[in-house]
Amino acid sequence: MRALMRAAAVPLASVVLGLVLGAVLIAVQGHSVTSAYGALVLGGAGDADALLRTLQKATPLVFGGLAVAFAFKAGLFNIGGQGQLLVGAAFAAGVGFGLEGLPLVVHLPLALLVGGAAGAAWGAIAGVLKATSGAHEVIVTIMLNFVAGNLTDWLAANPWQDRSGSNIIARTPLVEPSAEIPTWGWLPAGFVLAVLAAFACWFVLERTTYGFEVRSVGANRHAARYAGISVGWIMASTMAVAGLLAGLGGAIESLGVDGRFEAGVNVGLGFEGITIALLARTNPIAVIPAGLLVGLMEAGAAKMQFESGVAPEIIDVIQALILLFVAAPLIVRWLLRLRDRPDAPDRRLTLGAGWGR
Amino acid sequence: MAAAAETVVSQTEPEVLLAGHGITKRFGSVVANDDVSVELRPGRILALLGENGAGKSTLVNVLFGLHRPDAGQVVIADENVELSSPHDAIARGVGMVHQHFQLVPPMSVVRNIVLGAEPRKLGMIDVAQARRRVMDLADRFGLHVDPDAAVEDLPVGAQQRVEILKALYRDARVLIADEPTAVLTPQETDHLLDVLRGLTAQGVGIVFITHKLREVMAAADDIVVLREGRVVGTTTPAQTSEAALAELMVGRAVDLHGDRFESGATGVGSAVSTAAAPSDEAPIAEADEQPVVLDIAGLCADDDRGQRAVDELTLAVRAGEIVGVAGVEGNGQRELVEAITGLRHAAAGTVSISDRDASGARPRQVTVIGVGHIPEDRAKHGLIGSYSVADNSVLNRYFKRPFAAGGMLRRDRIDSHARDVVATFDVRTPDVDSPADSLSGGNKQKLIVGREFSDDIDLLIAAQPTRGIDIGAIEFIWRRIRERRDEGTAVLLVSAELDEVLALSDRVAVMYEGRIVATVDPRTATREEIGLLMAGAESSAAGS
Ligand SMILES: Nc1ncnc2c1ncn2[C@@H]1O[C@H](COP(=O)(O)OP(=O)(O)OP(=O)(O)O)[C@@H](O)[C@H]1O
Ligand SMILES: [Mg+2]
Repeated sequence: MRALMRAAAVPLASVVLGLVLGAVLIAVQGHSVTSAYGALVLGGAGDADALLRTLQKATPLVFGGLAVAFAFKAGLFNIGGQGQLLVGAAFAAGVGFGLEGLPLVVHLPLALLVGGAAGAAWGAIAGVLKATSGAHEVIVTIMLNFVAGNLTDWLAANPWQDRSGSNIIARTPLVEPSAEIPTWGWLPAGFVLAVLAAFACWFVLERTTYGFEVRSVGANRHAARYAGISVGWIMASTMAVAGLLAGLGGAIESLGVDGRFEAGVNVGLGFEGITIALLARTNPIAVIPAGLLVGLMEAGAAKMQFESGVAPEIIDVIQALILLFVAAPLIVRWLLRLRDRPDAPDRRLTLGAGWGR
Repeated sequence: MAAAAETVVSQTEPEVLLAGHGITKRFGSVVANDDVSVELRPGRILALLGENGAGKSTLVNVLFGLHRPDAGQVVIADENVELSSPHDAIARGVGMVHQHFQLVPPMSVVRNIVLGAEPRKLGMIDVAQARRRVMDLADRFGLHVDPDAAVEDLPVGAQQRVEILKALYRDARVLIADEPTAVLTPQETDHLLDVLRGLTAQGVGIVFITHKLREVMAAADDIVVLREGRVVGTTTPAQTSEAALAELMVGRAVDLHGDRFESGATGVGSAVSTAAAPSDEAPIAEADEQPVVLDIAGLCADDDRGQRAVDELTLAVRAGEIVGVAGVEGNGQRELVEAITGLRHAAAGTVSISDRDASGARPRQVTVIGVGHIPEDRAKHGLIGSYSVADNSVLNRYFKRPFAAGGMLRRDRIDSHARDVVATFDVRTPDVDSPADSLSGGNKQKLIVGREFSDDIDLLIAAQPTRGIDIGAIEFIWRRIRERRDEGTAVLLVSAELDEVLALSDRVAVMYEGRIVATVDPRTATREEIGLLMAGAESSAAGS
């Protein structure tokens, strides 16, 4: 319990600091802080509808956070959640509207699976390149985000475009009812999946030999090699798992929230995963409350604007502030880790291969 | 600043350069330092002695500002100080030579030394002046290094001299060194001790930690012995003996016979006969009928810079024998071990282990064949610092039964295994859940040795197995290695300590420039003969 408190101290302090600074900004604009924050909470958790909105918002955030956190355990910085999420969303929608006449028990899992697999493949590209040529995963995943954005835009505007009526928007048709993720009152089934995914990540990392290998590679690559772990395989497979998670997040957006894939709708969702993962200090379980917190703020922003006149962009500012406070120590440490142990010869090799080819 | 060097022997000589009064430092429930007081005066060398985990590193880290004491006062140059970080200590003229050097490998010696305190001209680094100042310092203190060489190309001993110069360049009047000789060859050690002596002649005070009593007796002015965090004795070499020091450290009589702390003068014969007493009759003759476990033929491997380091090396180790590789460090020993264990790509040649082809095998395959490997670099390969003692106790065997089943880790089995290792090898840790980083240097080493001894193996590859380990524990580890040998395990021992090689080995393979240049019988060869072979002399007399 003490350890838990200590681990949570920095994120909690950051959240409080972010909210306090946000309050100052709200006050400076001449609005009432209490009514603004009150409306924010009511809008995010005040009634069943609000709760539903929060949980829907939180779902892709949790998946995106897991995609970053899981890769981080192997020492990889997955900036590619956005791209992985997009391909997951697009391909799940493709299966969702493209196949007809399947029962729900087949159609929905299949669509989820295809979305997840698409994300996994997208993540694996960066992992395999890292493992085989040392290409830096940060650069590769950023570039793949652009590729994924353009690819899914094209899919939605061309082969998979909704041709019904006078639609000119780049979006797919609505998915079949048999591929829709149900919602039980205020509880979307997608959020249940997100929670399950978080616990699954924790279990894999802490309880399985595979997780031991992932963490070893992240903590000390040389010792991992000594321990007989195939560092390349772990890097490649970890990125695939990360992509799977982000892809599932995208698939649930298409199948459970939007009902289709539409170009430009999910942009930015993948990047918020980085915020969530850092706020959770890359602990998979902590990703759930982190996702809920940010989800709540986003869900309540509209009501806040409506009731107190505060621009919803203040939420982005608060988020950014929280991220800044949480990330500063982490990012500093991350940079240090890249730079310490300059005596390690392989590191130069990796960087050389990464940038040289 | 130009007169930087002069200020080292300043006019206003303080009485006490560095001191700790009543220092207490706790880590959780562990009291690493308990009311410890030490004092260093100008021109003196203070040696800290003590068992693994006695609190030596903790004490110097407190004095250097790396740890804050829970109680007690640090004094620098007669002034009470509060150190919030090493910067405060450095600013007051305290320098530290860390065990893991804080150098930038591709940069030149001069650049490393002036880094962060560069002389400037017109906003640019004044390279000529920097170089001149470094050369002056080096001359003055007899610290010979090539100022333009890249640090990564220098041997360990020279890198250490760069570290010392770095401290002196920042006007250090106190130099702290935590086990500086652990990584040095005997020649480099002698050189270092000379350098330290030279520094004291100019008023610098030195605190150094070592496990080698010989060095203490040879170099120290004052000796402080710690045990379980407390000072148990303060003495001088003139008032004590190695045996008395050992007893003070451990709290019981230690048989120094047969270990490497015996002065070399008595010769190899006695070392071997006392050392291997119980099973002395066994090796050589009988071993010839034993099967060959490790068979290396024509092995070639390159070092990190692509230079051939192991050159058509051929060597065999039979079941039930210890083959010691003797050689000056940097003659391919590290690359040899890494090529056998799969950590390094072999350019040519074959390795077979227990009649199975292990050429180009991966580390995992080598482990599964039945090889234990105590790696030379414990921080890089041997341990994962952030992992618990328990996880480290199965670091390379986590996937095996009983530690795992069906891809799941079995925590209870891992924990009970770790408790076994900790108990058997006397690893001092509050519990097996503590991170390995919290162990003292020697206890980390004991954990690794214990891990590698705990599996059923046919071949043990031990590189510097007792590096950083106190004399009591060395006895114990040597005994375990011999027991393994007697049970039929083949042992390949690589050690920079010739005494260790001589004390343990049934055969000594002398390695020079990537080859085994001679194999000698440690019971008949003299240290001088082996020393000559290690230096590259043609073998004729000693070969067997
Ligand atoms: N960062 C830390 N966290 C927790 N415990 C620590 C930490 N550093 C040291 N200790 C504990 O303090 C005690 C003293 O450790 P220290 O490193 O000072 O020993 P030492 O005398 O240098 O031993 P060695 O000869 O093995 O290097 C040990 O029990 C060690 O486990
Ligand atoms: Mg120590």
